[in-house]
Amino acid sequence: MKIIILGAGQVGSSLATVLSHETRNSVTVVDTDASALSRLQERLDIRTVQGYGAQPSVLGEAGAADADVLIAVTSADDTNMLACEVAWVLYRTPTKIARIRVSDFLDHPALFDNNAIPVDYMISPERLIKDYIVRLIEYPDALQVRDFADGKLRLIGMRADADGPLVGQPIHYLAALLPDVEARVAAIFRRDTPLHPDGATVIEADDEVFFLARTEDIRKVMSVMRRLDRPYRRIMIAGGGNIGGGLAAALESRFQVKLISNNPEKARKLSADLDHTIVLTGSATDSELLIEENIEDMDVFLALTNDDEDNILAAMLAKRLGARKVMCIVNRSEYVDLIHMGTIDIALSPHNITIGSLITRLRRGDVVSVHSLRRGAAEAMEIIARGDANTSQVVGRRVDALKLPPGTTIGALLREGRVLIAHNNTVIEADDHVILFLTDKRHVRDIEQLFTVRFGFF
Amino acid sequence: MQFIVVFRVLGLLLMVFGLTFIPPWLVGLMMGDADLRPFEYSFLITFVLGLLIWLPLRKYRRELKLRDGLLIVVLFWVVLGLMGAVPIYLQTELHVSFSQAVFESVSGITTTGSTVLVGLDTLPKSLLFYRQQLQWLGGLGIIVLVVAFMPLLGVGGMQLYKSEISGPMKDERLSGRISETAKALWLVYVGLTIVCTLAFKLEGMSWFDAVGHAFATISTGGFSTHDDSLGYFHSFPIELTTVVFMILGATPMALHYLVLRHASFRAYGKSSEFKFFLLILALFFGLIVLTVILSRPATEWLWGVRWGLFTLVSMITTTGFTLTGSTPWPVFLPVFILATALIGGCAGSTAGGLKNVRLLLLTRQGLNELRKLVHPHAEFVVKLSGRGISPTVISAVWAFFAAYVFVFVVIFFLMMATGLDVVSAFGGAIGTLTSAGPGLGSVATTFSQASTGTLWVGTISMLLGRLEIFTVFVLFLPMFWRR
Repeated sequence: MKIIILGAGQVGSSLATVLSHETRNSVTVVDTDASALSRLQERLDIRTVQGYGAQPSVLGEAGAADADVLIAVTSADDTNMLACEVAWVLYRTPTKIARIRVSDFLDHPALFDNNAIPVDYMISPERLIKDYIVRLIEYPDALQVRDFADGKLRLIGMRADADGPLVGQPIHYLAALLPDVEARVAAIFRRDTPLHPDGATVIEADDEVFFLARTEDIRKVMSVMRRLDRPYRRIMIAGGGNIGGGLAAALESRFQVKLISNNPEKARKLSADLDHTIVLTGSATDSELLIEENIEDMDVFLALTNDDEDNILAAMLAKRLGARKVMCIVNRSEYVDLIHMGTIDIALSPHNITIGSLITRLRRGDVVSVHSLRRGAAEAMEIIARGDANTSQVVGRRVDALKLPPGTTIGALLREGRVLIAHNNTVIEADDHVILFLTDKRHVRDIEQLFTVRFGFF
Repeated sequence: MQFIVVFRVLGLLLMVFGLTFIPPWLVGLMMGDADLRPFEYSFLITFVLGLLIWLPLRKYRRELKLRDGLLIVVLFWVVLGLMGAVPIYLQTELHVSFSQAVFESVSGITTTGSTVLVGLDTLPKSLLFYRQQLQWLGGLGIIVLVVAFMPLLGVGGMQLYKSEISGPMKDERLSGRISETAKALWLVYVGLTIVCTLAFKLEGMSWFDAVGHAFATISTGGFSTHDDSLGYFHSFPIELTTVVFMILGATPMALHYLVLRHASFRAYGKSSEFKFFLLILALFFGLIVLTVILSRPATEWLWGVRWGLFTLVSMITTTGFTLTGSTPWPVFLPVFILATALIGGCAGSTAGGLKNVRLLLLTRQGLNELRKLVHPHAEFVVKLSGRGISPTVISAVWAFFAAYVFVFVVIFFLMMATGLDVVSAFGGAIGTLTSAGPGLGSVATTFSQASTGTLWVGTISMLLGRLEIFTVFVLFLPMFWRR
C-alpha cells in the first residue's frame, strides 16, 4: 500500500514508524521541517519530501497520483482539510484521513463528503484521549475501557482482588454468581504472562482480567472481581490544553473539577468557557498549590500537560500528597514501563490510543475497530465476517471449529444490532461483527487472512 | 473638534424635531382646541432655526469623529429640552415660568414623567398629546430614530447611536449596518406601541387616552393625561396591561427583535440580564406581598397585592405611573419601592436607573472576589449569557457605579439647598436621576411648588440620568477640547 503522511510531528512520526514496519507498505512523509524529516529518515525505511503539504506540487512530488492513502496529521486543521481536497480533486486519492482538532468541525459530519470537504475519516487525538479518560473515570476500578459495537459492548481490563466473590473460583462459576448476565472473560494476565482461559481456569488475586460484557452489565461483572471502590467525586486536572480543557468540560457537570494551568491567559480563557470548573493558575509540581487546593481529598489527579517529565513528577507528587488515584499522559514509550512499577496508577499513552484508531482505517477488509491494550502488547479488534459458507472460512462455522491463531479468543458477536456473547457452540453468520481478543499482536495478520473472502470456488 | 460638522448635524436634527410639532397640532385641530398658535410658533421657530444653521453648512461634509458624536448628542439633548419647552411656555392659560416649561419638557423627553402642571384633565388636548409624544420620542432616542431613517450621517451615526443607547456594552449590533440595527429597534418599538394602544382601547380607554398612555408606557415615561394617572381608570385589566407593557419596555428592544425574527422565546431565556431582571422583580414582589400580609388586616390584602405589583413595576421600570395619591402604606414600602428605580430596567431598553446588567456584573464580580478568598490562585471570569466579560468592562461599570452614587449625593444635597426637605430631596433626586418621576414628600406627585433652583437641579439630573452621566461629564474634560 502506498501511503503519504503529511506532518512529521508526534502522531505523524509514530504512524510512520508503525506503518513502515509492515513490509508491504511504502511510506512517504511530508513536512516543512527538514530536520524533523532527516531524523525520521535516519531510523526508518521511508521517503521524505520537504514542503507545504497542501500544495499541489508537493503532493504530486510525494506521489499522490498513485497513492492509496493520504493521512494528513499536521498541526493545522485547515491544512489537513485543504490537503485532502487537493489530493481528491487533482489526484483522486481513494482514502483520505485528516486529523481535525476543532470539535466544531467534528460536530458537523455532513461537511465531510467527496462532494464537499473530501475527508473519508476524521481523527481527533484530543477527543479520543478525552473520551478514553472519561470512560476510566466512569469505572473507577478499570485499568482499561474499550467500546465496541458503537458503545453497546465494552471491554474492561481490571485487577482481581481477594475480596471479589469470583476470585479463587473457576470462571464458569460466574454464571452461578450472576445468572442473568452474560459476560466473557477474554484473557487473563498473571504476572504479565497471558493465560489462555477456559471455563475451568481459576482466577487468582492480582490477576489482570479482561472481560467483555454489555455496557449496562459492566458494573455487575466488575463487582465480582473485587470489592468496588466508591465512585469518584473530586477530580483535579493539571494542564489546560485541548485535552485538559475538553476533559473538564465533559466532566464538570457530574464531578467537582479543578483544573491547573500554568498560563494565566489560558486560565482566563478556560475559566470563561467552563461553567463549574475552578481554574487555577500555577504549576502542577508546586506542592504548596496542591496542598492549598486539598490534594488529599482528590479522588483522581490527572497530569495532562504536554511535557512527559512534568506529568510524571506532578502525578508522583500528587500521589505522595494523598490523591487517591493518579493518572498521567506519557508520550515516550520508554517511560511507560518505568511508570508501571512505580506509584502512578495509570499511564495513558496518546499514541496507543490514537494510532490504534488510525490503523483501523488502513487494515484490509472489514475491520471496524482495533484497540491496542496493555501498552500495545495485546490487541482487541472488531471485524465483519463476509461471504458465505463456501467462500469464507468463518461464516457458517461454530466458534470452536475455527482455526484461530494461539492466544486468540472470540468474545462476542454483533448480529443485526444485537449483541451475542460468544460460546463454543455459537455459529457465525454472514455479516456478523466478530469481536476478538489477541494476546499476541503478531497474529493480527492471520486473523485478517482468516476473515478474507476467497474467490475461485468453481 | 469639527464645529462646522457638529452644527450641520445639529441643524438637521432640529429641523427633524420641528416636524414633531405637527402631530399635536393635528390632534388639537381634530379635538377642537381653541388656541393652536403655540404649536405653529414652535414649529416655525425650531424649523427656521434648524434651517438657518443647516443651510449655510449643508455642503460641508466630513466624517463625524468620536468626539463630535459625543458633543452632538449632549448639545442636541440640551437644545431639545429648550425647544421642547417653547409650546408649553407659550400656552397662555398655564402661567408657567420658563424654568417650569424647561423642566416639563426635559422631564418628557428623558421619559422621567415628573410634572409641574396640575389640573391635567382640563388642559388643551394638543398639549396633553404633545407631552405623551415627547416621552415616546425620548424613550428609544430621537437620534436613534434619525440614524435609522436618514442614512446621511454615514459612519458617524454609530457614534451618535452609541451615545444615546444605554448600557455598558454597546458594540453588539443586530445587523451589519448601524442604520438597519436602529431601524429594527424602532420597528419593534412602534410595533409594541401599536399592540399596547389596541389593548388599552379594548379595555375601555378612549382612542386619545389609549394612544397617549401607550406612548408613556412603552417608553417607560410616566406622563398621563389625567391628574390621577392610571388610578383614574379604576380598572384592574388596564393596570395589568400596563404592567406587562412596562416590563416589555424595560426589556432590551434588541431582545424583542431576536424573539420576533426567530419566532421563538429562546432569546429571552438566553439573556442573563433579562432573567436577572425577572428574578429581582419576583423577589421584590414577594417581599411586598409578605409585608402587606404581615402589617395589614386581611381585608386590604387583595388591594395591597394589586397596588404593590403595579407600583413596583412602575418604579423599577422607571415609568412612574401611580395608582392612588397618599395611602399610608407600611413604613418602609414607599421608600423601598421608590429605591428600586435605582436598579432600573435592562440596558438597551427605554428604562433608566443603573440598569440590571450593571448590577448583575457587579454582583458576579463581588461573588468572584469572595471565591478568590477561598481559592487564591484560581482564575475567575465574570460571565454574561455564557460569555466571558473583559475586566475593562467591569472596571468601567465600577466607575459608572461610583459616578452614579456621587452624582446622586450631590443632587440630593443641591435639592435640599434649593429648598426641599430631606425626604422630598431624597425622593426628588431618585425620581429625576433614574427618570422614574414621582418622588416623596412635597414632590411625591408634582414639582409645581418647587423653587426655580430645584427645577434646574432636577432638569440637569434628568439629563445626566438619561445620557448615563459619562457622556455629559466627558465634555468637562479639558482633554476633550484639545486638538
